[in-house]
Formats: sequence, structure tokens, C-alpha cells
Amino acid sequence: MPVKQRTPMPMQDPAERAKNFSQVALGYTEEMALAEAARCLQCKNPQCVVGCPVSVQIPKFIGLIKEKKYREAIDVIKETNSLPAVCGRVCPQEHQCESKCVLLRTGQPIAIGRLERFAADWEAQNGPVIPERPASNGKKVAIVGSGPSGLTAAGDLAKLGYEVTIFESLHEPGGVLIYGIPEFRLPKEVVRREVEYVKALGVKIETDVVVGRTITIDDLFEEGFEAVYVASGAGLPMFMHIPGENLNGVYSANEYLTRVNLMKAYLFPEWDTPIKRGKRVVVVGAGNVAMDAVRCALRLGAEEACIVYRRSRAEMPARAEEVENAEEEGVKFHFLTNPVEIVGDEKGWVKGIKCVKMELGEPDQSGRRRPVPIPGSEFFMECDIVIMALGTSPNPIISQTTPGLKAQSWGGLIVDEKTGRTTRERVWAGGDAVTGSATVILAMGAGKLAAKDIHEFLSGPQDKW
Amino acid sequence: MNEILVKKNLTPVTKLIVVKNPYVAAKAEPGQFIILRVRENGERIPLTIADYDREKDTITLVFQEVGLSTILLGKLEVGDRILNLVGPLGIPAELPESGTVVLVGGGVGVAPILPKAKELYRRGVKVISIIGARSKDLLILEDEMRACSHELHICTDDGSYGFKGFVSDKLKELLDGGLKCDEIIAVGPIPMMRATCQTTKPYGVKTWVSMNPIMVDGTGMCGACRITVGGKTRFVCVDGPMFDGHEVDWAEAWLRAGMYRDEEKVALESCQCGGGK
Repeated sequence: MPVKQRTPMPMQDPAERAKNFSQVALGYTEEMALAEAARCLQCKNPQCVVGCPVSVQIPKFIGLIKEKKYREAIDVIKETNSLPAVCGRVCPQEHQCESKCVLLRTGQPIAIGRLERFAADWEAQNGPVIPERPASNGKKVAIVGSGPSGLTAAGDLAKLGYEVTIFESLHEPGGVLIYGIPEFRLPKEVVRREVEYVKALGVKIETDVVVGRTITIDDLFEEGFEAVYVASGAGLPMFMHIPGENLNGVYSANEYLTRVNLMKAYLFPEWDTPIKRGKRVVVVGAGNVAMDAVRCALRLGAEEACIVYRRSRAEMPARAEEVENAEEEGVKFHFLTNPVEIVGDEKGWVKGIKCVKMELGEPDQSGRRRPVPIPGSEFFMECDIVIMALGTSPNPIISQTTPGLKAQSWGGLIVDEKTGRTTRERVWAGGDAVTGSATVILAMGAGKLAAKDIHEFLSGPQDKW
Repeated sequence: MNEILVKKNLTPVTKLIVVKNPYVAAKAEPGQFIILRVRENGERIPLTIADYDREKDTITLVFQEVGLSTILLGKLEVGDRILNLVGPLGIPAELPESGTVVLVGGGVGVAPILPKAKELYRRGVKVISIIGARSKDLLILEDEMRACSHELHICTDDGSYGFKGFVSDKLKELLDGGLKCDEIIAVGPIPMMRATCQTTKPYGVKTWVSMNPIMVDGTGMCGACRITVGGKTRFVCVDGPMFDGHEVDWAEAWLRAGMYRDEEKVALESCQCGGGK
């Protein structure tokens, strides 16, 4: 009989880690990895692989770990996943591969993400093998954005011999992995390593280029690129359109996290970008971004940091592990609560937030029960920082500057789901630019899909779009 | 890329640099801006493009040394490279093809006025320019503005040169004197743009302003630059930077511009780079 409980992840102590930006989950030791790998039943028809958006050969790599063949294990993962050290840390495995694990019937599923991370970190410590660069096929592909979707597509296409250039608008590659996800969950060193791997495959990355402004998609075709993959990511942060949202002390989660992660505002004044360190911080929303923001607020010295969410605990979109981590660190949760107004002082600074209590009514379009306000239940919470983590709508710059490229009314680019093709010939799109805020792994899956179709298109007669 | 080719001191606190960047030079239009970073641990700051030369692959930036990042930028010399520079960002100004336009520039705001004046002048629009500064030694780009204006009025707060008073006072005098114009474009510090809009409102003349709020990415991702225009929240980086000045919530814009005033002092003190004087 396999062990019912998975091998626990060693963690930094909650009280300690709530004050620093170092990694929370420390990673399996070799002994832990072997113990966990031994639990895998090596199913003949593995459902975990079906649950993985990039189809990592999960039983195969776990089997190799069992045999202590770590180099071979990471090679198996990298056949389908260019960013294993990232995915091992940030994928919502409980909704994907691990949700299909046969061990769930009798106990806890195998800790696939933790083993993936173990293999990736083993490689980083023992020296990555520089991949062999395939001979160029002479065809140039441009990729817009160096986040998880763009890096994945770039890696896959480079392996097929394409000359790939990624255009990145920020000064550092990595997209949301760099500006969005905090150091304590995904060290930037890990991201840089993954970016270096993609570069070692022959991919060029040009930073400080905003496609749509610095250079247009039409320009790219004129420069000889034969296909363009748009993976420009999350765009404009959403706000609630309630009074007081432009008071000083109100941030979008995007801004708050960009200041902290990309610009290292937690090291101010050693780093030049400032951030407001609040005493009482309210984060509105309950996705992964909200968890990241509220945990950053604690680490920046907040005496109290809380989540305000209009639905109940069960509907929270965040990864279960991150919610647990946040609770251990002291984050408070106000469920069934919705802000109606942010209240400011006479100098234009936030001094509190007015909320209303909610109850769950009939299911809405998303299948979740719709929260409705309880009349007369308004109450006031004191706070000095409010962070809106309500998701984003895709950036309009590219759709506005590319003739023939059509977008949904809410901004998402329109694509064929099976191929990633947009309404403009030779332009593919995927990731948050198409779906709005989603996950790293879904964006990577879209990158894979597009890379495959770009290859099929460019190696075919190229006459049908 | 991003090499400084020319550097001039326009006033004791205002510098002009010409920077090589073929991408931005090829695409820049009047009204657009760039974002730059001077050092590895540096901030991203927006600066309006004051001029561009498509043949020489250069852009011109004019900045006042008011905070840590602009002081550090001012320390770069000819031959040095700016670490990161991205653009052109924002929507280009929609300039008329004919008629009369009054351009109002205050302080360092004269720099962003210049490319608009040049383009309007080139199109054959009648250009009436009013530029000003606190005193004569702080006035910038007078000759350049004169070369592309049909009329140029100079104002100083202390009367050390030209008209004594604010640019908005001069504008009022002209409007009261029967000046007819199709639109007004005002660029400068918030109090100057607000005063200009208050001046023009009773005359019912369309008045455009160019906002320069705090930004981080400059591509719409963060929302740091949001302002209220006509009761709606707008992002200056992707919806602007030009807005109808009569619709802007100036009080809010002023408060938001001061969000990091305390931190700016700390940054200057801790770097000991000769700032804060």
C-alpha cells in the first residue's frame, strides 16, 4: 500500500517569513524527493498527464527520480516544458495534474509540482546542460512579450530551427514572472535562469521595445518576420468604479507588485523606486495576485493586512497552498464583503474603506453563486492602503495599431482555440492577451499550441488562413 | 543605443540632451514621451520628447533636476549611455491643419511645446506662443520657439524679462484684447496648466493640456498615472497624455503628483549625490 500522506514541504517559519522576502517553500531534499517519488503508482494510463496543459510526461520523470536519474528526469520534463523551475513553484497543481492522481481515492495525491521543482533545482545546482542549437531553417518568427507564454513558444520554435526574436516592453525579460510574482514565491534568480535557458536555445530577446509603439506588427513583417505570436499579457488593471479609487494610497495590484518585484521598492532607498508602507492594508480580491499583494504588504511592515472578498471561502480563485500560507503568516480574510467607497482625509489620503456585507444568491454565468448585498449592512474599516486585485483587461495598444486584428468588446484578442490564429494572417496570440488574467501554465499551454501551429503553417503551402 | 551625443545647460537647473535611439526617432510624434532608467537600481521616469531627428536617429530630452533620477540623469556626459530608454509612448497630439493655435508653455513645459509648435508652423497654422519662467535665467528655448512662432510672448514672474506675470495673465490679456483662436495647448507645471484652463474657460476656447503624472511601466499595465477627466478615470500613458483641460480634476491630479514627496526627500538624502539643494 502506498503511503497515504504526501511528504511535507519544508517551509520557512511563518512568523519569520512574514518579515522577509526570501523563499517560503524551501524545496525537497533528495531524501524527501525519493520518499515522495516512491508513492507514484506509475499508472499505465496516467491521468495526471491529461491534466497538464503542457503534457509533461509525469510518471516517466517521477520514475527517473525514483531511480536517482535526476538529469534524465529534468530532460524528460524539458521535452515539453521550458520553464520547470517556475511551474514547479507556481502552477495550481491541485486543479490540474494532481487533481487527476489515482492516489486521491485513498489519500493525498502525489506532489507532482514539488518533484518537478526538485528536478529543476537539482539541475540548477549541478549545472544545466547547454542544449544543442538546431541548424537554422532560415525562417524568422517574432514574439511579443517575454512572459511564460512568449518564452514557451520561443523555446519550442527555437528547438525546431526557427530564428526567434522576443520583443519585451519592460527593461527585464520574464513578464509577470518578474514584475508580478514575488521573490518569496518565485525567486527572480530562478526566472533569470529559465530565461537564460531559452536564450541558450538561440532565442534573441530585445527589451525596451513596445510593439505597437516602438515598432508595429506591420513593421515586423517588413523586416522579414514570417509569423508573429502576440503574448503581450495582462493589460490594464480593473478598478471597481467606486468613489475614492484615485485617492493617494490606492494601488492596483499590478502597480503594487511591479513596484515591489520589478523595481525592488522593498529595498528603498537602496533602490530608487518608493512604495507606501501602510499600517493597515486592505486588498480587494481573492486570486493569486491578491494573495501575492497582501503577503507583500505584510513583508513591508503592515501591522494588519487583510483580504476583502465578495464571495465566500469556497469560491476563492487563488491556489490553495498560497491561501494557507497567507493565513499562517497572519493575513485576515473578510469573506462576503464588498467595498462601496474608499474614504479619504482632507489631504487626499486613504483613511478607510466602507464595505457592505454580502450573501450568496442564485448561481451566475460562472456557475458560482452570485453574491448580493445585504441592505443596511454597511460598515467602515480603517486602513491607509487599499490594493485593487480585480484582474486586468488586455492592453489595447496592439489591437489598435494592427490592421485586421480583431478583439472582443472587453479587449481580449479573438483567436481560433485550436490553433491560436487571430483574424490577421500570420499573427497568432495567446495567454492573458486572449483570456484576460489566467495562470502561468495556461499561458504556457497557449504558447505551445501556437508554436505547433506556426510550425505547421510555415512548413506547409502557407496558402490557407 | 541611447548614447548621449549633445548636452547643454539651458538654465542652472535645466538640461538638454540629444540621445541616439533609432527606434524612437523613427516613430516619435509631437506629444509623445519616453520612459528611461539611469542605473540598475533606478526608477523608471517619463520625459516628454522635446524634439526628434529621423535622419540622425536622435531624440532631444529636456529636464529639470528636481529629484534623484533627474539629478542622476544630469550627471551623464556626452558619450555616456542611458541604461534603458523605451518609447515613443502615449497617443500623439491631434494637431489641426489650419487656423490659429495659441501655445502656452511654463518653465520646463516649454520643451514639450516645441515639437508641437514646429509641426503646426510646418502645416501653415498660425502659431501664437506664450512662454514663461519664474525669471529670465530660467527661461528656456526662446530662440527655438521664436523660429516656429508667428508671435512670441515672453513672461517672467518677477518681470526680469518680457511681460511681468504668469503666462495665464498674458493669455487673458490677449483674449481680452480680442484674440481669436481655434484652440489652446498648455504644457507646464500643474498650477500653471490649471490657471490657464481657468482663464480660458469663460472664453469657451478648447484648451488641451499635457499631463505628466507619476508612472511606472508607461504602457497601461500599472495605472499609477490615473487621473479623472470628465468624471471618468483615465490612464495618462495609454489614453493621453493630452486631455481637454476643462475636464481635468486638477485638485486630484495635484494631490497624486505629491504622493511620494516624503520618499523623494529620503532618496535624495540617502544618495548624497548633491541633490536637495
